[in-house]
Amino acid sequence: MNRSITVIEIDGQAVPFDEGQTIMDAAMAAGIYIPHLCHKPGLTPHGSCKLCTVDVDGRSVSSCTMPAVNGMKVSNNTPALMEVRKSITQMLFVEGNHLCPSCEKTGDCTLQAVAYHLGMLDGHYPQFYPKRAVDASHPEILLDRDRCILCALCVRAGREVDGKEIFAITGRGIDATLSIHSESGLLGDSDLSVDDLAAHICPVGAILIKDEGYEVPIGRRTFDLHCIAEPGLEPVILRKGDHTDA
Amino acid sequence: MSEASLESKKMRRIAVDPVSRVEGHGKITLLMDEENHIHEARLHIVEFRGFEKFIQGRPYREVPYFVQRLCGICPVSHHLAAAKAVDQLVGVDDLTPTSLKLRQLLHFGQTMQSHALHFFHLSSPDLLFGFGSDMKHRNIVGVIEDYPEIAIQGVKIRKYGQQVIAAIAGKRIHGAATVPGGMNKPLTINERDALLVDIADVIRWSQDAVALNETIHCSDQEHRDFGTLRTPFMSLVDPSGNLEMYHGGLRVRMADGAALVDQFDYRGYTELVREEIRPWSYMKFPYLQSLGKEQGWYRVGPLARVNNCDAITTPLAESARQRFKSLGGGAFVQDTLAYHWARMIEVLHCAESIERLLHDPEILGTDLQAPLGEKRSEGIGVIEAPRGTLFHHYKIDEDGLIEKANLIVSTTSNNQAMNESVRTVANQYIEGNEVTEGLLNHLEVAVRAYDPCLSCATHALGKMPLEVELVGIDGQVIDAVRKGSDGSFDRIG
Repeated sequence: MNRSITVIEIDGQAVPFDEGQTIMDAAMAAGIYIPHLCHKPGLTPHGSCKLCTVDVDGRSVSSCTMPAVNGMKVSNNTPALMEVRKSITQMLFVEGNHLCPSCEKTGDCTLQAVAYHLGMLDGHYPQFYPKRAVDASHPEILLDRDRCILCALCVRAGREVDGKEIFAITGRGIDATLSIHSESGLLGDSDLSVDDLAAHICPVGAILIKDEGYEVPIGRRTFDLHCIAEPGLEPVILRKGDHTDA
Repeated sequence: MSEASLESKKMRRIAVDPVSRVEGHGKITLLMDEENHIHEARLHIVEFRGFEKFIQGRPYREVPYFVQRLCGICPVSHHLAAAKAVDQLVGVDDLTPTSLKLRQLLHFGQTMQSHALHFFHLSSPDLLFGFGSDMKHRNIVGVIEDYPEIAIQGVKIRKYGQQVIAAIAGKRIHGAATVPGGMNKPLTINERDALLVDIADVIRWSQDAVALNETIHCSDQEHRDFGTLRTPFMSLVDPSGNLEMYHGGLRVRMADGAALVDQFDYRGYTELVREEIRPWSYMKFPYLQSLGKEQGWYRVGPLARVNNCDAITTPLAESARQRFKSLGGGAFVQDTLAYHWARMIEVLHCAESIERLLHDPEILGTDLQAPLGEKRSEGIGVIEAPRGTLFHHYKIDEDGLIEKANLIVSTTSNNQAMNESVRTVANQYIEGNEVTEGLLNHLEVAVRAYDPCLSCATHALGKMPLEVELVGIDGQVIDAVRKGSDGSFDRIG
């Protein structure tokens, strides 16, 4: 059976796609980087971080949730969009307590890497300095809500891959927080395991394996070796602490 | 002393704010009586850092990385002191030989670069040109113009120390080196060989720096008497009583050399040292408990270490130490300005020790992680930072979060001594009611000898504006002068 070729255009480049793929899927398959934080291939798109916003025929849409449609003209890497993405990233930084210099995730942090990619030099907006709880009750896993950007990757990884309902985003707006599904509300009382994808998928330093901090020297961390815009980087990011590449 | 009691005793106040060319921001107030004698000197510490407070609730693993941000000059010292405490938290008492040597190497690099910065960039202008010389020229740029060889050697020694740090910690400032019970990276052969290229020159330049300081100090009686005190000294020494920078027992000797404690396990430091809080300063005043608040103050740092040790394990530095000690005829050299000389002897020791470690095959080992033991709820790390004995003390809860932290940074231990040196110098050099530029400079030189790290915020060299007010007992300004960032000196009162 002949199948008609379906193509979208991203910044003038023809990008083929299969039926059912989103703009993000098509871009990733073609090696085109669209900045994103809440998206991970294999998990249901969430469309919450808005970093992957692109312009399609004059409209701004989230590329991780917008299905590709034959003939779409997508603007991605434009100065205006990069500026908007930088502002979004700055807001993520000031809404939490991101102390990169002492964070165990520094050099392996996707938020930090995106900020560098977007040329972010400061927070620009006033710091919120929110008071958020650190949950160290789990023997192997640390939850530091100071750094949580509410991307819900841990929620979806638990539900869709690990088969566990452990994390949920509760509350609304500025009061939204990452909650634990356990009687005490503590991570230590949940059935999260260090083998679960949810324990490793955090793009910032909110969920950390306790005994892995700082063991990777400067020069060997993920983003010492790789640029966030590199094609095929998603599995590499998940291999924090075990880079045999480059 | 309260302001009201000042008034009642008919005293007036001279404020010197800020002190330039120290690592941070300070302010001096001189409390004078009616006969123009300096009754008390207060070196105010206006910054509040609060690390002990905001580290609370953080995971213990984060601590060495968090607290190294205390300072941009000696972050390695804070990093290592905290790491030593964290080792205890994870039940490690002995590192692997390679990890221990890497930490020692890192610390020698740190001490070298910090000492070089202090002497060549900050203090050599005073010593080479004279305390009262033209301040437009009395800075590192002036040294480069008049003594280019000395200036370049100083810059290169500092750079070398930073290269050692970068090879081990990945960056010259605020790198990443330690993990609980070990180090995160071995030293490669290439890194070792790169450091070996210049080490002979660095040792030679360090010898020159020692000789220069010996000549400066011994050739002028004014230097010998300047702000000189008689105090006890505190430092770490190794089990044989040798100079030790990374790990050892505490030794405190009285001004006459009598031992107060020796080979004291620093994990019991709270029995030895207490801290007094005074309302006019954010910096505490530590004192030796057995001697009490009034008499218990002491000095730490290069002068204390070189006086206190029985020997130095590297030959050139030991030879230099013996010449240094001969100045005191066997007794302690208490000259405050001899801090500079002792500091350069330590630079020489660092250079020789670095060379020794680089030739040690174990420095290239890859066994970096000691087996973790039973977790403990308390860890105390003590190290000889460039400015003196540095205490880091942490308590953690069952989840490994910091419950309590106590830091006695080196400058704090010298707090009272700095005040006393300032008071001594002020009494020696003040003339009548007039605040002269010369007096200000002399006060600064006294403070600077201790290499105080007041906020760990680096300053432009010699560029800080300086204001002095002479305030009468009625609160009126009698005299006021300002030293501008352009070198100008104006009477503004």
